[in-house]
Amino acid sequence: MPEMDVPLLDMYRTMLTIRRFEEECNYLFMQGRIPSTLHLYIGQEAVATGVCAHLGQKDYVLSTHRPHGHAIAKGVSLQSIMAELFAKKTGCCQGKGGSMHVGDMRVGALPAIAIVGANIPIAAGLALAAKQLGTGQVTVAFFGDGAANTGAFHEGINMAAIWGVPVVYICENNLYGASTPFSKVFRVKNVADRAAAYGIPGVVVDGMDVEAVYQAAGEAIARARQGMGPTLVECKTYRFVGHSRSDPRNYRSKEEENYWQQQDPIPRLAKRLKDMGLSTDEKLALLDEEIHGKIEEAVAYAEASPSPEPTDALEHVFYEGGRA
Amino acid sequence: MAQMTIAEALRQAIREEMRRDPRVICIGEDIGIEGGWGGAFTVTLGLAEEFGHDRILDTPIAELGLVGVAVGAAIGGLRPIADVQYGDFLFLAMDQLVNQAAKMAYMSAGTIKVPMVMRVPVGATRRGAQHAQSLEAFIVHVPGLKVVAPSTAYDAKGLLKSAIRDDNPVVVFEHKLLYGSKGPRSVEGAVSAVGDVPDEEYLVPIGQGIIRRKGKDVTLVGKLLTVYRALGAAERLAAEGIEAEVIDPRTLVPLDKELILESVRKTGRLVIVEEDNLTGGWAADIAAIVADEGLDWLDAPIKRVSAPDTPPPFAPVMEQFYVPSEQRVIEAVRSLF
Repeated sequence: MPEMDVPLLDMYRTMLTIRRFEEECNYLFMQGRIPSTLHLYIGQEAVATGVCAHLGQKDYVLSTHRPHGHAIAKGVSLQSIMAELFAKKTGCCQGKGGSMHVGDMRVGALPAIAIVGANIPIAAGLALAAKQLGTGQVTVAFFGDGAANTGAFHEGINMAAIWGVPVVYICENNLYGASTPFSKVFRVKNVADRAAAYGIPGVVVDGMDVEAVYQAAGEAIARARQGMGPTLVECKTYRFVGHSRSDPRNYRSKEEENYWQQQDPIPRLAKRLKDMGLSTDEKLALLDEEIHGKIEEAVAYAEASPSPEPTDALEHVFYEGGRA
Repeated sequence: MAQMTIAEALRQAIREEMRRDPRVICIGEDIGIEGGWGGAFTVTLGLAEEFGHDRILDTPIAELGLVGVAVGAAIGGLRPIADVQYGDFLFLAMDQLVNQAAKMAYMSAGTIKVPMVMRVPVGATRRGAQHAQSLEAFIVHVPGLKVVAPSTAYDAKGLLKSAIRDDNPVVVFEHKLLYGSKGPRSVEGAVSAVGDVPDEEYLVPIGQGIIRRKGKDVTLVGKLLTVYRALGAAERLAAEGIEAEVIDPRTLVPLDKELILESVRKTGRLVIVEEDNLTGGWAADIAAIVADEGLDWLDAPIKRVSAPDTPPPFAPVMEQFYVPSEQRVIEAVRSLF
């Protein structure tokens, strides 16, 4: 596709928003101001951003226990995500979800699914519905390398493949399933190699390069929209932080972390933008300030919001029609 | 009015709902294969001819996957009826049913609905320990799932139609000995649950139990096959001058507990009969409800007639020992007088 069609500035904004949001979450957690556990997306921003740049509100995204980046990239409001992390009534799940279940169906983001691999067959089902109802929607499921060893991965992708439904599977291979290294639990070099087992295309892409992700995801999503069935896209990426908030990362070397820090997708795109004459240091600094302001607003909104009533726990066990 | 088996009644319910609503689909193993059986117990036999293979969707043998697909399809706007052949296989799909289907409405604060039906055949039928279990206690324990358990053809049709129209995941327990499946898929030792099914449209609402036999001396609560064991015991007890009232809750979640409590208030005695292991069973929960809310009306201890705490055995002599018999119900009732 022609380079000018690639929404580089929009993607830079999204990546930086995710980065700053996650840094703020980390800070708030350290201060004890949010009760949630956290699985931060720092380092992996190019993946959610490059994929979701192709999606409309009606398209579905299914996320994982590390969902803030996907939710932001799909358009869930910063305020409602932050309020959810603060366990407030105004949260995107009204306090019933927490960090691992953020989402908002009004923008096509399912509540994130925190059972590893479980979103893979559900995505096939959403895509089946879209195909049978002729809605033209595409479904994208994000999952980590760990999910690629679950039975749900095999069963779900196989069904998506045999029925040719419009779904794209995005594996974010960040080299560790919690603390377990990829090489210890895979004999294949790439998760995408497994696509051959289902008779669908498998693509490996540099997940630290948002343009590469954008390109690969665009092709996969176009295939899905054209009725050509699923694609498995593996994005090689890295989380710069621990698995969760209580992880000192003693299973990784400093050298390895330094190597991947050099691949940081945000400075990488900043350099491209400047090289292409699309932005300047001053403009990028202003953008950073603007984003910082929005995150501050989200925190203020969350802090000012009411808590749910204890007995709100009794509501929504069953669907009773529409949003309260 | 037509005479139907439960398998036929379920099939007619599915057929009517699929004609009424193009969003209704069936998804499962061996349900629409030409030359196949129409599912393990013939319920979907012939439906693919009318509705095609997109709507009678055969899956690989992959219960976790197919239930997950049903969850996603339901969220995406279809109304899938999923089938796992044997209830025992549902354990393979418990994540999708318990962590996903049952919790989506809750985690999304009531913004997402999962209108799916999970059909689950249960009951010991000479197939050994892995094709015989009763899973009701596992499932009623999960908030967010509605649960029905029809024991007659009339209820099977009416409850399945209600389940398909419900906006929540509904688990439909069906007992293998009650299907009345014919031909090579018939089951030895089956109980005839052939009954009248009206020609005109009707629904059986979820959440309403029914009194199958009136009585004043003791309340028997059964579900699925054990309704028939309780009715058989009641007839024999009548000869001894004991008039048993037999209650079939039909829906397990939400439970029509008032019907049970009202009966116990009248009879003062309660025996719960179920084909499941004793410990942590559904019967224990019924006993707890009555102990909690109706203790003053009781003239005798509450009795549970259940399977022992063993896996279902294969040998017919052991299986007959395992499943609650009329005789065990009668002995339990006698012990209360």
